[in-house]
Amino acid sequence: MANIISDATIEYVGILAKLALSEEEKERAKKDMGEMLDYIDKLNELDTSAVEPMPHLFAENNVFREDVVTNGDGSKDTLANAPEQTGGGIRVPRTIADETAETGRTGGESA
Amino acid sequence: MGKQYETVIGLEVHVELATKTKIFCGCSTAFGGAPNTHTCPVCTGMPGALPVLNRQVVEYAIAVGLATNCEITKNCKFDRKNYFYPDNPQNYQISQLYLPICRNGRVEIETEQGCRKDIGIHEIHMEEDAGKLIHDEWEGCSFVDFNRSGVPLIEIVSEPDMRSAEEVIAYLEKLRLMIQYLGASDCKLQEGSMRADVNLSVREAGAKELGTRTEMKNLNSFRAIARAIENEKNRQIDIMEAGGTVVQETRRWDDLKEYSFAMRSKEDAKDYRYFPDPDLAPLRIDDAWIAKIKAQEPEFRTEKMARYQAEYGLPLYDAEILTGTKRLADLFEATAAICGKPKKVSNWLMGETMRLCKEREMDADEIRFSPENLAGLIALTEAGTINSSVAKEVFEHVFAEDVDPERYVEEKGLKTVHDEGALRSTVEQVLKNNPKSVEDYRNGKEKAIGFLVGQTMKLMKGKANPGMVNEILRELLSK
Ligand SMILES: [Zn+2]
Repeated sequence: MANIISDATIEYVGILAKLALSEEEKERAKKDMGEMLDYIDKLNELDTSAVEPMPHLFAENNVFREDVVTNGDGSKDTLANAPEQTGGGIRVPRTIADETAETGRTGGESA
Repeated sequence: MGKQYETVIGLEVHVELATKTKIFCGCSTAFGGAPNTHTCPVCTGMPGALPVLNRQVVEYAIAVGLATNCEITKNCKFDRKNYFYPDNPQNYQISQLYLPICRNGRVEIETEQGCRKDIGIHEIHMEEDAGKLIHDEWEGCSFVDFNRSGVPLIEIVSEPDMRSAEEVIAYLEKLRLMIQYLGASDCKLQEGSMRADVNLSVREAGAKELGTRTEMKNLNSFRAIARAIENEKNRQIDIMEAGGTVVQETRRWDDLKEYSFAMRSKEDAKDYRYFPDPDLAPLRIDDAWIAKIKAQEPEFRTEKMARYQAEYGLPLYDAEILTGTKRLADLFEATAAICGKPKKVSNWLMGETMRLCKEREMDADEIRFSPENLAGLIALTEAGTINSSVAKEVFEHVFAEDVDPERYVEEKGLKTVHDEGALRSTVEQVLKNNPKSVEDYRNGKEKAIGFLVGQTMKLMKGKANPGMVNEILRELLSK
């Protein structure tokens, strides 16, 4: 195996994926990820310097919809997936731990 | 005497586009729906759902790009920005990192001192908004509403070309007006359809390198932006003066407490692992499409100002104020078209309308009365049906409730009394009731007549023709 995943890397990837891994799981993931990278490395054996980057699998461009409302009230289906709900909102654990309750439309770290 | 510092500011402005539907699905973007009613498998990130791009989003983005002198990226595509947060159902946001739709633009601003300056636009990209989280302090939990999830946004990223809060406000006002005239968004800061994040760093005057910057969020008004800039500038200077170093971080502004604090980022590496979105086909924007959008470009402020002076004969001052918001400009043009008295319309809009807006702390965008009713009011004053003080009173009701002025005047009996007999007997009564003022006037106190006119108007409930009252008073007093 050419690619060795370090402990620091697996720790970091675990944090990004919000996963709490046991020592045993970490070892297994290190091995799997190393093998995946080895597999992808095969591509580097080819000379692609003259090949345009491929942005998409299909040659299709400009797939649009027109700006027309086609969906009605979807709350029933959406809420069917919610483990818990109150007043039509999906109930989740409190997302902000201090007094910095965010109530504006700018959610989280998006936008 | 301490060191001299220079503040360097760049802005990231998010604008919610005025489309009827979301960016990748046919759900409505209308406000006020019950939680999660405007949702579907696409905008709630269900596995297997297929996003399809709203053509109008691309057209608005190109229109804003052209108005800000950007190059349009002919081959552009979408990327996924990966992060976990409850308002982000897909666990990634569809955005554009590698090939944003617009690049290398500029916006010319003019500060209040009349200084002109170009602010560079680094890029404009298209992306989707997140859902909304409502926090319940009592229950210690949060509620997610995905109605805003997938609402189209453009993010306009400026170069770090601004040096003061004043330049920042001038830039934002210019952008806002341009986008409003384009019809691409209503750009309301308070309601969040325009939001600005401020990237700010401080360096010693004359230094070439940029200092470490912080990013300030949660700025919901121009006033908050100005205060946050001042506060953050001073905070960074204090750190430097004390020999410390500024930490690169995201801070959140609290406008009530007038301070900012670093947002928690434990376990929160800013590593978004962007990659091209495989669900969305790339875009090819050809010259014909760009030309078509360019041809539909509306009249912007500079052209409007010139036309208002030439076509309506308005002074520059009026033209400047009227074109300062799209709402005022639209109201002016529509009302002038109905009543054919542009200067009178302008006076009502610049005078009473602005006064009432200020008194009620309203933006011009929030003006609700119709051009028909303002035109109706002007017609009543022009015909002498009501006098100017009654007109002001009626206007308050037009402004607040958009009443039909003609019906209102009729119902409340506010028509000016031109009947000389009625006026004469009222004046006689006033003279009888105020012998002291009559004496003062006869003894040369010219001012006393003002009081007597006022008393007469009061008895007539403001409906008298003031010219006639004056005339009759002088006639009777000279006897
Ligand atoms: Zn949807």
